Order: sequence, then C-alpha cells, then structure tokens
Amino acid sequence: MKSRNEIRFLLNGESLALGEVRPDETLLDLLRIRRRLIGTKEGCAEGDCGACTVLIGRLRGGELVYESVNACIRFVGSLDGCHVVTVEHLKRTDGTLHPVQQALVDHHGSQCGFCTPGFVMSLYALWMRVPQPSDQAIEKALQGNLCRCTGYEPIVRAARAISSYGEASDDPLAAECAAVIAALTAMRDGARVEIGSGGERLVVPASVDDLAAVLEAEPKATIVAGATDVGLWVTKFMRSISPVVFIGALDELQAVNAENGVISIGAGVSYTEAFALLSARIPQLGALIDRIGGEQVRNMGTIGGNIANGSPIGDMPPPLIALGATLTLRKGTARRTIPLETFFIDYGKQDRAAGEFVEAVHVPVPRPSECFAVWKISKRRDEDITAVLGAFNIAVADGVVTHARIAYGGMAATPKRARTVEAALIDRPWTYETVEAALAAFETDFKPISDARATAGYRMLAAKNLLRRFFLEGVEGHVPLQVSRYEAA
Amino acid sequence: MMTKHEALDLAKAKIVGGVATDQKHDSAHKHVTGEAIYIDDMPEPAGTLHACLGLSEVAHGKITGMDLSRVRAASGVVAVLTAEDVPGVNDISPTGLHDEPILASGKVQFFGQPVFAVIAETREAARRACRLARVTYAEEPAVIDIADAGPSGTLVTAPLTLSRGEAVKAIAAAPRRIKGQMRVGGQDHFYLEGQIAFALPGEDRDVTVYSSTQHPSEVQHMVAHALGVASHAVTVEVRRMGGGFGGKETQSNQFAAIAAIAAKRLNRPVKLRPDRDDDMTATGKRHDFLIDYEVGFDDDGAILGVDFTYAARCGFSADLSGPVTDRALFHCDNAYFYPHVRAVSAPLYTNTVSNTAFRGFGGPQGMVGAERIIDEVAFALGRDPLDIRKKNFYGTDTRNLTPYHQTVEDNVVERVVSELEASAAYAERRRAIDAFNANSPIVKRGLALTPVKFGISFTATHFNQAGALVHVYTDGSVHLNHGGTEMGQGLYVKVAQVVAEEFQIDIDQVKITATTTGKVPNTSATAASSGSDLNGMAAQNATRQIKARLVDFAAGHFEVPKDQILFLPGRVRAGNQEIPFAELIGKAYMARVQLSAAGFYKTPKIHWDRDKGRGRPFYYFAYGASCAEVSVDTLTGEYMVERVDILHETGRSLNRAIDIGQIEGGFVQGMGWLTTEELVWDGKGRLATHAPSTYKIPLASDRPKIFNVTLADWAENAEPTVNRSKAVGEPPLMLGMSVLHALSDAVASVAGHRVCPRLDAPATPERVLMAVERMRAGAGA
Repeated sequence: MKSRNEIRFLLNGESLALGEVRPDETLLDLLRIRRRLIGTKEGCAEGDCGACTVLIGRLRGGELVYESVNACIRFVGSLDGCHVVTVEHLKRTDGTLHPVQQALVDHHGSQCGFCTPGFVMSLYALWMRVPQPSDQAIEKALQGNLCRCTGYEPIVRAARAISSYGEASDDPLAAECAAVIAALTAMRDGARVEIGSGGERLVVPASVDDLAAVLEAEPKATIVAGATDVGLWVTKFMRSISPVVFIGALDELQAVNAENGVISIGAGVSYTEAFALLSARIPQLGALIDRIGGEQVRNMGTIGGNIANGSPIGDMPPPLIALGATLTLRKGTARRTIPLETFFIDYGKQDRAAGEFVEAVHVPVPRPSECFAVWKISKRRDEDITAVLGAFNIAVADGVVTHARIAYGGMAATPKRARTVEAALIDRPWTYETVEAALAAFETDFKPISDARATAGYRMLAAKNLLRRFFLEGVEGHVPLQVSRYEAA
Repeated sequence: MMTKHEALDLAKAKIVGGVATDQKHDSAHKHVTGEAIYIDDMPEPAGTLHACLGLSEVAHGKITGMDLSRVRAASGVVAVLTAEDVPGVNDISPTGLHDEPILASGKVQFFGQPVFAVIAETREAARRACRLARVTYAEEPAVIDIADAGPSGTLVTAPLTLSRGEAVKAIAAAPRRIKGQMRVGGQDHFYLEGQIAFALPGEDRDVTVYSSTQHPSEVQHMVAHALGVASHAVTVEVRRMGGGFGGKETQSNQFAAIAAIAAKRLNRPVKLRPDRDDDMTATGKRHDFLIDYEVGFDDDGAILGVDFTYAARCGFSADLSGPVTDRALFHCDNAYFYPHVRAVSAPLYTNTVSNTAFRGFGGPQGMVGAERIIDEVAFALGRDPLDIRKKNFYGTDTRNLTPYHQTVEDNVVERVVSELEASAAYAERRRAIDAFNANSPIVKRGLALTPVKFGISFTATHFNQAGALVHVYTDGSVHLNHGGTEMGQGLYVKVAQVVAEEFQIDIDQVKITATTTGKVPNTSATAASSGSDLNGMAAQNATRQIKARLVDFAAGHFEVPKDQILFLPGRVRAGNQEIPFAELIGKAYMARVQLSAAGFYKTPKIHWDRDKGRGRPFYYFAYGASCAEVSVDTLTGEYMVERVDILHETGRSLNRAIDIGQIEGGFVQGMGWLTTEELVWDGKGRLATHAPSTYKIPLASDRPKIFNVTLADWAENAEPTVNRSKAVGEPPLMLGMSVLHALSDAVASVAGHRVCPRLDAPATPERVLMAVERMRAGAGA
C-alpha cells in the first residue's frame, strides 16, 4: 500500500502540500491564521451563519464540481485532492469585480459587510450551477447564510440580476477548469495519507478496504465524513478527535442507485448528492432535505453520518424507518445488514461495534398502495433543528388500514416508531374516528422533554396533529392544510 | 481614490455623491471582495497574545475557591488575570453606579459572568486553558425570571413614572374596562462580527485599543479607569463594525478593558475575541418585559384612560436599563392620544446577564404594550383593530399631548396610515381574507396595519452633541473625521455626502477615516438613531468654517464682494472667473489660510426633567406604518408572512438607497424579535440559546413573500436638521409589530374575532398554536 505524509490540494491559484496538519485543524484557521486570507470570516464556528463560506471543487466522474462549504467546520485533513476557492480568487487582476460582486454592490446588498464574502461565495456557487435562478433556488442557496443588516431583500435582488453582469463562461474558474482537473487528477495517487502520531494523528484511507483495515487497527478512531457534527465537537467542545479517519473522499462510499425498488445510499453520499435521485423517487424526502441545514451543510453532511451519529433529532432516520430502510455495517471483511430502527438503542448508544462502520443505507421506495409523508416542525422554517418530525407510511385497502409504520424524531431519546399508535390504526377503518381514537396512544409511545426548541406539551400536541394532518390530506385535498412558501412545483 | 487630476469641467452641472443621492455604501466594493478590514483582520504585530475569558458556572453565589494552577501550567499560557490584577478601578458601569465589575470579585451574579482571563500565545491555547480552571462557589438563590422577581423585586436603578390626567379615575369611570398582562421577549443582537478588542501598548502609560464599539469615547474612559491612567493616555479607534445594533454601545467596554490591562501588564499586543457562545452568554441583550395594563374605553372604541406597568428583566447591573425602561414609557403611547395615562417602569434586578441597548432602546417594548391595548379594545367590541387605531391617533391641533407633556408638533401619522391603507388595498384584502378563512378550516389568514411614531434624540440631553474634524489638503482632497461610528448603517457615506455637498466636490475627493478618540474627543455613542443628525451637522459646521475662510480669502484675492464667491460643482466662481476647487485651495494655502476645522453641533430645543416627568425629550418624531398579511397553520402553529407593505418617512432623505436598506433590514430584525428569536434560560440560569443553532434570526426565506417598501416622497423634517432629513436607524424596527398583530388576527379568526388572543412575543409556532388552542377552548386567555 502506498502511503504519504502530506495533504495535497489547490488553494485558489496555488498548489499546496502540507505535511504538518493537526487532525482537528479547520480550513478557516488555515485560511485566516496560516495564510492570512482574511476575506473569509468567522461568525459562529458551527456551520450556521455562513460567513466562512468557501467553495470546494472536487472531481466527480471526471467532472469538476464546485460546492459551497463552511470552512469553520471543514477539516484540513479532508481536503486531499480538492480545490479550495476563497473570495480573494474572484476579483480580476485588473480590479474588475466578478459579476456576483458587482451585482451585490449595485443592489446595495451589503451594509456592515461582515457576512458579505460568505453571501458572495454562496451566490457564486448557485450562479455556476443555475445562471438564472428562481427565487426558490436563491432562497435555498442562501439558507446557510445569515445577514443581520439588510433583511435579505437587496441580496435577493442582486442574485436575480447576476447574469446581467456576465456570462458563466467568462468566469475565472471556467477558464482554469482544464488546468485544475489536470492538477487534481495528478494528486489522486491512490495512496493512504497518514500524518502525525499518538494524540495528533489523522488518516485518509486509500479505499474502503483500507478503511476497514485502519479501523480494525484503531477501533476507537473518530470516523468523519462531512464533519457537520464532528466539526462542532472540535470548535465548540474542544474534544480530541484523534486518531481521526476522513472517509469523505472514498469513491466506493459515494454510490447512490436504485435497483428493484430500493435506493441504496453509500455512507459518503452528501444530502446534495442524494437529492436528485431521492427527490425523483420519493419527493417527500426531497422536500425534507431542502429543510436540513443550509446549502453548505447539505454539501458536506452525509445521510450515513446523520444515521451513524445516532442523534434523537437527526432528520433522516424517522422517514427512513417509516419506509422500512435497512443499514449495512462493515467490520473488517464482515458485513451485516439490519433494520435501521434497531440501530438506535438508546440516547448516544447505537448498534455499532468498535471498528465497525456504516457502509450504506437501503431505502425501499413506497409501493403504490402505500401513502408516505414526512413533516418537520421547527421554530424557524429553514436551517433549524427539529422540534418534532413525524413520518408516516400507511396503506389502506377497502377503507381499512392494512399497513402502518410511523416514526418520530424529537419525541424520545432516539428516533422512534409509534408502535402503539400504529396498532391503534391497523385493521381499523381509515376514518376520522379511528384517528381521533388513536391519538391517546401517543402518550404511551412518547414522553417528550422540554428544551430550548419546544416544550413537551407542544411536542406532544404537534405530534398528534401531524397524524391529523396526514388523515386530512387524504380527504380534504381541496383546501390548504399547510402554509407554504412556494407554489407547488 | 483621494486625488483626481481631472481636466477642469466648467460646465459640470452636478457633483457626484452630494446629498439626496443614492450613493452606494462607501465600503461596498471592499465588502464584496473581502478587503474591508475588521479588527480581527488587522495584521498582528510579532508577539501578539490572545485572551479568553473564564465564565462563572453558577447564576449567583460567593466564589469560595479559585484554583487556576492548571490553567497557568497549560501549554502556551503567558498569564492569568483576576479581579486583583486590575490596576485601576474594577468597574465599567456606564452610569457610574459602580455595579459592574470587569472581572467578578468575591461573588458572581449571573451564569456566564467573566471571572478570570487567560492570556496565551494563541487563541486556541487560551480557550483550551480556560477549561482547566477549578472555581468553586457557595451558591445563593438566584432570581432568573421577571416573574421570580415579583412586583416588589429589587430594582437596579430608579424607576420612572409618567402621568397625565387621572388615569385610575378615568378607567374606573369608563363604560368598558380590560385588564391584562403581556410578555414580550428579549433579543440577542447577533451582530455577525462578534465583540473584539485589540490592545497595543505604547510608551509611557499609553495604550491604543482597536475596539469594535459604537462608543469609542466610553471605551476610552473605561480603559483609562481600569488602568488608573488619564484619558489622554488611551486612544480608541474603530474603522467599522460588523454590525452593532446597540450591542456594542456599552458591551465593548469589558473586552477592551481586559485586553488593555493585559497588554500593559505584559507589554505585548493582546487581542480578545470571544467565541460566539461566550459572546452571547456574557453580553447583554434587549430587555424582555412583563407589561401589566388596564384600559378604559367607550363603546365606540375611544380610549379614555390607560394604566401601565412595564417590568423589565435588567440583569445583575444597571448598565443602560434606566434610560431603556424610560424609553419604554416614552413609547407606551406609540401614535395614540391617551386622555388620561399613567405608566410606571420597574427595572428589575435579576441574576442574568445585564441587559443593554438594542435598536429601539425600550421603545419597541413600550409600543408593543400600546398595540396590545388596541387589540384588546378592538376584539372586545368586535371591530377591526385598524378602526380602533385610527380613532385614537394623535391629533394635530388638539389631542396632541404625550404622557410626558411634550406636544406632538409634526404629526403625520394619519397621512402615512391612510396612504398605506390605500396602497396596500387593506379593505379589499380584509374582505378576501374573511372569505378565505370561512372556507379554510386549517390554514387561517390574518392582516394587520400598525403605525410607528418614534421620538428622536437621546433622552439624556447632554448626549445630543457631536464633533467633526475636516482637513483640506493642498491638492484639494479632503480628510473627514467625526465622532460617529460605522456599523453598516451607512453613516460614513451620509456624512461624506454632506461634506461633498458643502464643498461642491465629488464624494471620492472626501476620504472617510476611522473614528478615533484622538481626532474628535468626548463623543456620544452612535446610538438613538442620531448618527447622521448629529455628525452630519457637526461635519457641515466644520466645512462651513473652512468655506468662510475660503470666501474671505477669495474675495480679497479676486477683489470681488464676498457674496460673489460661489461654490459650484468642482469649482469656485469669483465674480466673472471660475477656478477649480483644488486651485483655490492651493492659492489659499500659499496665502496661509487655515484649511482645517473642528466642527460642533448640539441639538436645540430639547430638555427633560425626569423627576417631574415633563419636558421635550425629543427634537422630533419619525413616522411609518406597515401592513402585514400572514397565513397560520392551526394544527402546528407554523406560519408564513405572505405580504408586507411599508410606508415610512425619513424627511428629505440624505440617501434613499441607504434609508430603504435601513427600513427593510430594520423591519426584518423587528419581525425576528417578535416571531422566531427566542431566548431560553434553563433552570440553572444558563442561557440555552447561545449560538445560531439554537437562536433563530430570520433567513432570506423568512422575509415576506411580497415586500413593498416605499419612502414618503412628500416628507420633510419640520425642524432644521441636515437637509431636513430624519433619523432612520431605529424607527423601522417597530414596523415588525405588524407581523405580530397579523398573527394575532389570524388566531383571533378561530373565535370569530371576538376574543383577544393575547399572543405574547416572540410568537413562535408553539405560542401561536397554544393561542389557537386557547381560542378553541373558549378560555380566551
């Protein structure tokens, strides 16, 4: 096995090979402290405010794809083979502003200016992908960027106008594309990267087999895919994560495909990468993913990581449990596949042995007979942590409930099925009376807590009302049952 | 940028960037490129150290032991400072009450109070070392909530009573009476750039502090007191802040003082930048209030008398709670005339962080109480709240006396509201919403139109003064400095526009420079929306002094009468000849004319006798109104702001683009305060919402789906302010009340608009749903 002791990547126009990288060193600290690229700001150090937004370019299937990420929780060790682009890379050498920048200036899109470089980078990533974005696309691209001054209106006006300031083909990154692809391709030498030792060690495995071997040797290693949670262990709690194993770049964990009515998602697949297939086959999941984190977090965070970290308020497990998903875990060469719901044992405790890792999750597409829905309730609509999330997968034949899988997040110490509620529905007529009678069963299934996001009383009431909503969806389709921001697509 | 050698354009009709032009923010170009330098972006001199604060872990108690040995021994640590290491006075109370230690001494009074400071080679080393401290406490009972404090709670500062007429009698005699209570939450500033101070030691006792502050002069004085040196030894400078909103009016003092103490002690530069969690935990916020009210009214909705008590959670020290709670009372009328009124403040001591200034400075909380009363009257009578609002507006010649006995002389609220009512098609939409709600059992729509009348001036009269310093260099370029600070609001560009206009030179000839105590002394905070009113006038005054000297010189030089010296765009006319501005300056220099001036301004007319509760605390009022429509899901309490129309007046605007930005941004910030921004303290008095993951300010996708903002083009200030413009910083925040009342209206529809939902703020989905449940249960409260 080839191995090397440095992380190689491109930073704007420069090729870097760093031999000294701490396992928990963030890209933001590298930029601001080591490189004095001070255009990228720290606003929160937890991936919420977007002031640190930069672009990461990666080769995917031979194509170079740039995505916005939060530099504050992105580890340097995960950058091997990437192109990091900061706000400093946009202005031309003659001083001409980039179309994104000029549009923001002309539309008065900055006031205090501290969040502005982050908005520039998020809008830049959007414009590369969608030169003429809808308001919905603009708002989605900006879910991970907070501005406290402008009320966003002038920023959105600027975003609508970017294309009138220049062609995507004139973009500096477009001009560099071939050279960047060549440079990144050359960096992919198939080697394992190992830096440091003892309490200061990081590993980037060369392959999934190599990952399995690394974890067998170091079963207590911290596995990091998107770092949207582990990043906070470092920036907020200053926990040691060494030895750390970065799996985000492993091609074999990037697969997402549908076969025989089951969608399989590799553990390294980000929300963004899973979105196209998931939203095409299970549109309700697409709508949910649109409300998880901001764009930067969706570009980094993985569905595998959302499952593996076992949070009671992870948004993907309840709907996947309702759909009857299974999880494949691997240790060494041994694999096992379990129902997803059994993975969550208790708060902070999952069915994962030392040295074992999540390899993939398999999600059955609902059958035509099944009606599936998932709804997230949070204090703020977008980029917020769930107060209550309910997922329903119910089949009715001849007016009688034949199948019911209902799971909730935010209601217990783990993502959890509402088994008593399910039992109160199955084999009964699908009527208002049945639903009302089943509501009492929530008290058996759940004992929610009060915290900063919601009180126990609200959680319980909202959880029950989501079942009411699910029922009404079937019978009163002609009146609105929810508030909505966008006209139905 | 500074110097331009253009061919003389004698036909030039207009300068670039004078007053009343939509000049872009002076730093816009640097903002978008990332080249604008905030304090953390400044190059660090060799040897720079970094500080981190150790915060208390109980809400109230005596410090019984402080074992900092592991902190001192930690890698990279250079020094650990405690209260004993403060060389001067360990106090930063802005009111001189001596109730706010820089570092806690002997006791702690809130969870998160700074107890010690670690100084280390890197910021990370300082942060890590901080966690190694072992501080023990003898805990004492803690008062966390307003309700815990109770009506006879300890006060942090003297309360205020405003009284006119016989409120109690009038209410007792009124045909109808309602008594109620409202909670309105606090708000974190969430400036994107957190607090920061960077202190560089100088020779003698000198120190220079770069501080992200709205009040450099106060930071200077606090640092001087903390160090035990004269103010002349301390220079405080700030080029720009990444947002302030009141959160950097007094809250910067602590960070600056600690950085300066460490820098002088160690003779090395020291930077103190708390992380977001420490910043939110250890710095004050908007006060939350518990408002008790009673209103007497007639069957037609005319208010006859009101009685208010505004109890505020002030935290452990006075800070600015006195003037904040005063301003709440000053706005308990909003735009309404109360024939009889009594309003009392209760600035309560609590074991929480000391609350402070926040855009509106108590005014918003005051107004929210007024608008609740309107809702109570309207729903009790089954009337549209807008009818009740209009019925009770201040008059112009009569019914124009405020609860503090100032006559409202510039009232335009009726015009603003009636124009908005028409442009927003209020009546039509009211009918459409009623029809929609009749056929929609789950989703309900609500509509509300609320006015704003906001008093402009510091209520402490002596703060209403400002200075400026203007230099003209021999090439005709101008250096501008004044006491106001730039936090994003566009003050610097507005003042530069005033100077450009006076000299009739393009704005790029005017160099905007960082605010520093070394150039303009004894300044007031950039606060109370007063920035351009005060500093614009001071800069105009400085410019006019120089112009007067230039006129004298030119009259002599060109041998023409003074009244034939005219400043035209880019040039000066003297009799029949015209010469470029720069050429005149060159000649004036050769003739030994002083080309620099210190300008000054103080607001006329205002006075305030707090003991009597009488006076004219405000030079003028700013007016606006907002009409909001929302939809509410009555199963979950989730809601959406469907449309907002705003009509606001900023007098004869200095810069419409900047003003519209203030209005849009202020509205969204006010809406956030009243909807999703919820501060939660746990049972131990620990702030549970201390980062953006848990504290939710609005996103782009929270702004109204349709958002129409219009400036009243007919407006001008009745008083001779700079260009007859009006202040714009704070007033638009209160336009956000329209969303709270639209939500209230949607909730009220569940019970046929006959019961006041008493929707408290912030109206989170949870509060909205619980209000809906109360409506359904028929309890009504």
